[in-house]
Amino acid sequence: MTEGLSNVHMQVMWNRLIAVVEEQALTLVRTAFSTSVREAGDVSAGVFDREGLMIAQAVTGTPGHVNAMAAAVRNFIEEIGEDKVFEGDSYVTNDPWKGTGHLHDFTFVNPSFRNGRLVGYFACTAHVVDVGGRGFGPDASEIYEEGILIPIMKFAERGVVDLSLINIIRNNVREAEQVIGDLYSLSSCNDTGHQRLMDMMDEFAIDDLQALRDFIFENSLGATLEHLKALPPGSYRNELTVDGYDGPVTMKLRLDVSGETVLADFDGSSGLSSKGINVPLIYTTAYTCYALKCALAPQIPNNHASLSPFRVTAPKNCILNAVHPAPVAIRHVLGQFLPDVVFGALHKMIPGMVPAEGSSALWIIQLGASPIDGGQPADGETLRSSQILMFNSGGSGARPKLDGLSATAFPSGVHTMSSEITEHTGPITIWRKELREGSGGAGAQRGGLGQVIEISANPGHRIYINAMFDRCQHPARGRDGGRPGAPGCVQLDDGSELSSKGRQTIPAERRLVLNLPGGGGYGDPANRERALMEQDIAREYISGQQASDDYNYQP
Amino acid sequence: MGYNNQSVRVGADIGGTFTDVVLEHGSDLYTTKVLTNNSNPEQAIIDGLYKVTQIAGVGIEHVDQFIHGTTLATNSLIERRGADTAFITTSGFRDVIEMRTEGRFEQYDLNLSLPPPLISREHRYVVDGRIAASGRELVPLDEAGLLEIASRIKAGGYHSVAIGFIHSYVNAAHERRAREIITAEIADISISISSEVSPQMREFERFNTVCANAFIKPLMASYLRRLVDRFHAEGGNCPVFMMHSGGGLISVDSAIEFPVRLLESGPAGGAIYAADFAAGYGLDKVLSYDMGGTTAKICMIEDRMPKTARTFEVARTYRFKKGSGMPVSIPVIEMVEIGAGGGSLGWVDEMNQIRVGPESAGSEPGPACYGRGGENPAVTDADLLLGRIDAERFAGGDIRLDSGNAESAMHRAIGRRLGMDNEVAAIGICEVVDENMANAARVHAVENGKELADFTMIAYGGAAPLHASRLCEKLDIDRLIIPPGAGVGSAIGFLRAPFGFEAVRGAFLRLSEFDADWTNGLIAELDAEAQRFAQAGAADLALVREIKAYMRYQGQGWEIVVMLPNRKFIDGDAAEMRRLFEAEYERLFGRALVGLDIEIMTWSVQVRSELAEKEPVTPVGVEKPRYSDERRRIYDAREQRFVDAAVFQRDALNPGDLICGPAVVIESETSTIVTNRYQAVLQNDGCLLLRLKGKFHD
Repeated sequence: MTEGLSNVHMQVMWNRLIAVVEEQALTLVRTAFSTSVREAGDVSAGVFDREGLMIAQAVTGTPGHVNAMAAAVRNFIEEIGEDKVFEGDSYVTNDPWKGTGHLHDFTFVNPSFRNGRLVGYFACTAHVVDVGGRGFGPDASEIYEEGILIPIMKFAERGVVDLSLINIIRNNVREAEQVIGDLYSLSSCNDTGHQRLMDMMDEFAIDDLQALRDFIFENSLGATLEHLKALPPGSYRNELTVDGYDGPVTMKLRLDVSGETVLADFDGSSGLSSKGINVPLIYTTAYTCYALKCALAPQIPNNHASLSPFRVTAPKNCILNAVHPAPVAIRHVLGQFLPDVVFGALHKMIPGMVPAEGSSALWIIQLGASPIDGGQPADGETLRSSQILMFNSGGSGARPKLDGLSATAFPSGVHTMSSEITEHTGPITIWRKELREGSGGAGAQRGGLGQVIEISANPGHRIYINAMFDRCQHPARGRDGGRPGAPGCVQLDDGSELSSKGRQTIPAERRLVLNLPGGGGYGDPANRERALMEQDIAREYISGQQASDDYNYQP
Repeated sequence: MGYNNQSVRVGADIGGTFTDVVLEHGSDLYTTKVLTNNSNPEQAIIDGLYKVTQIAGVGIEHVDQFIHGTTLATNSLIERRGADTAFITTSGFRDVIEMRTEGRFEQYDLNLSLPPPLISREHRYVVDGRIAASGRELVPLDEAGLLEIASRIKAGGYHSVAIGFIHSYVNAAHERRAREIITAEIADISISISSEVSPQMREFERFNTVCANAFIKPLMASYLRRLVDRFHAEGGNCPVFMMHSGGGLISVDSAIEFPVRLLESGPAGGAIYAADFAAGYGLDKVLSYDMGGTTAKICMIEDRMPKTARTFEVARTYRFKKGSGMPVSIPVIEMVEIGAGGGSLGWVDEMNQIRVGPESAGSEPGPACYGRGGENPAVTDADLLLGRIDAERFAGGDIRLDSGNAESAMHRAIGRRLGMDNEVAAIGICEVVDENMANAARVHAVENGKELADFTMIAYGGAAPLHASRLCEKLDIDRLIIPPGAGVGSAIGFLRAPFGFEAVRGAFLRLSEFDADWTNGLIAELDAEAQRFAQAGAADLALVREIKAYMRYQGQGWEIVVMLPNRKFIDGDAAEMRRLFEAEYERLFGRALVGLDIEIMTWSVQVRSELAEKEPVTPVGVEKPRYSDERRRIYDAREQRFVDAAVFQRDALNPGDLICGPAVVIESETSTIVTNRYQAVLQNDGCLLLRLKGKFHD
């Protein structure tokens, strides 16, 4: 009876810990200035034991923080030194190799003391608006050009904030007030987590987290191993080539599956890019683990034990293990393709489990708008300069039993922004943002549709675009006889083609037209159910012509 | 009218299973419950009306005021049972309601399905014509194109039309003109336009709201007209008013035009019911907690007013998860709803952890102990096995509970898998469900920058009194009120609601460009709109007004709501607005920022009749400790042990009777658990007041 009861209390405390870190992440989302935090949930929060092992982590919008954070806290403890950890401290870094893969993410770690004794740590990460340097984009050749790097150090000691650090940051970033505001929010959200933990420890009358940690680790590891045991052991390979920045990039994977571990090795992948699409290993690990967990053990929460059977390696200075001082600012583009790479290998292990390839990498539209010399605004409007950021998604890959999702982000969890709000943010007009008919890869299950977006500058203004779009030369491949999705393309409304990479100015009288890629199909298109074909034609997801050409369908 | 010089008022609430009708004659309250009639909902109301007037000894013709709230609108969206509806929208934006946020509400499910749009693509039509963010016309409306769409709508046999154009909240000319054209072509077709239904920024939410309105409009209109006709045919000769989502009353005609405003009117009545008790006890901070068969709902009430929001989500399709339903942008009493009710089922996940809900046994087959074929253990089964419910006296003895069934269900689903005896498994279910509710309440408090320890809980609904005192322990709440007859709380709440309406509109303003004339003009328009609705029922009542703005620092994506002064604005007011914003920001997030511009995205003017003075509940004088020889063994989760509890019948208690926990107070619908931490005193209005032992000496 007593043992049973203590089990029940452990369960309740585990629930509570997850609730505490979710609450922490939510607070960050509400106060953050960075678009990627509020629309993409580009934050993370976690609670750790005294040794820095992660006990619980919030599920947020981006897989990029999965176990990046788990590794980070031990780096902090090592660099700060256990004997220098005091009550009221708060530590900070944005080192891409110690945190989450690029300078824009700041990670904070605060120790948690109870009755003068260290019981654990809280950590959180959020993307900030600016870190100086060239600004957010792929164009740097070295990390030094990408902005300021704060090594692991104390943001506050015994409750006193290091104002020199604040001053240095303030003088090295654009939008200093927003950035500093976010840093304070990060630090104080760790305090909130600590307070909630103390409430819980009072309620359950416990003085340390060790027993609870052991309970969580034991149950998580046990459940994860149950899943791995069921897998056929062996080595499974896959490779994927995408557009890249300065030439195609190939990602090559060997997945070694044994009863107890899954090892992902990226030997043979392309070398470093000269621009900032390179990926630090910590980030490669995050997206690889995310894909493995989605497919193999989706219900098990992330913690040190549940992640421990998954290991990721890649040779130094291949594009998936870039080391200092390689530029890494937009490491997310290749990161978001990693699930496609992993799924291809898993499909060889167990067919019928994972989706076809999708559009995968977000189409992030970054526009700069500014007044033309002597330009006249329209009635009731004013001339202004602004930076506009929009997240947009193409189609996801068809699933073994379901169509792909149209214009929906995967693997990223980002949301798009309202077009009406975006038009208040900058002097542009969005003329079109709707599904791209015919773009889903044909298959018994159809790939998700991409979308079409048309944008022009308002009177008196010009716009340029920092293009960084993929899957224009390498569309999402289908699976098991499914056809590829439509490739992406970047145009003007007069039909002329633009490059999918780099900065380009849109002529004042023209509209920018973006055709986002569709997802790959799954299974032979001729086997698609008639009722679904009729529905697709009625809804103009596909045309009658496409139905007969790709699906061999006769009405 | 009235009877014996005292007014007669009736409230009727149609819920999923029961239709509740209450009648108030002077200060006397009479209640009845009849089964909801899904094919003829008005019939159940008329039946209930006959029953309750008979009990009260008055005639239907004596009724002075008839107030109605219903779940029919919500159900019709959940079940997607509505009119054949066409949606006309701006060229280039045909798929706004289908593309949704482009996000997934569940990160790890590879086989996720997103909720399909309310109106599928073949029924969505686009027309040229475009308004800019500034309100300027960029492209004139293509009237010829509209005529063509009109002919397709006619040929398509649609019964309702929704119109939603980009930026119509700032310039509604195109939507209005489109309505004229369609109306001229097709007589008698029901049309809803987004600039009237929900003039807020953000096209996905606004378009979805106008589509929802159009979808349920024909159905609700015909139902409401039948109801009014039947009521009058049966002798009723007063107007009928409707409870709306925001907790106020509007006329039936307004409800017919904007049926989307009726969503969640039942739960709104519940919150008003709790707010009324808050007033009687002079409490300015109250957490209402309603736990029924499938869900629990939590709402914060301050200064007698339930907290409102300007948007919410209905018809969630995935485990009550945020983002899995349809957004509706209308003013609403803000409730946190979680899948935790008496019927919620316990199960074991792959980490060998006990989970509860959101799957529910519902009313059929119900929990295993009902003996109607339920095979899985529900929260009610756990309550039974822990001695909290009396098997013989449940629902006044109407349903005899079968502990044997509860035992075997508990063993099958949980005990056997985890090697626990049934009692521990039952404790696990109760602790997990209580923790789920406590977490939801904590998150809600954090989102609003409140400390729950300062609040008093008011608990109602069938399962709430069983779990409320444990919930209070978890939330560190010292005082808990369990009103009498809480089973018909929503219908009683209807009788306590003010006439009122909140007009909300998106309009963008940077404080650095503050313009007092523009602001005053906007407020005047919103005020006129709110007055029009509020005065339909309150022409001769004194009205109060509240002005709110949804503000943020430039660059943020989340607005906080700021109460503005209720007066005309002058040119220097930007500084005052900044001050108000920063004070609220600091309260919520701990620290205001310097040097950043502030934006207002949305404005709201609420007008409502002044709440009637509430007579304070006379405090009980001398408290008399009561003892009972009837004892029962119950589990006290906080003390982590079984305790010997005294058992009382609620209807045998007198005002002033003091009961020390641990105790069980039984009534016909449910039982109140008084844990060891609390003592309970029956109040003069029949409420049980639980308070922390040793804390209060009054």
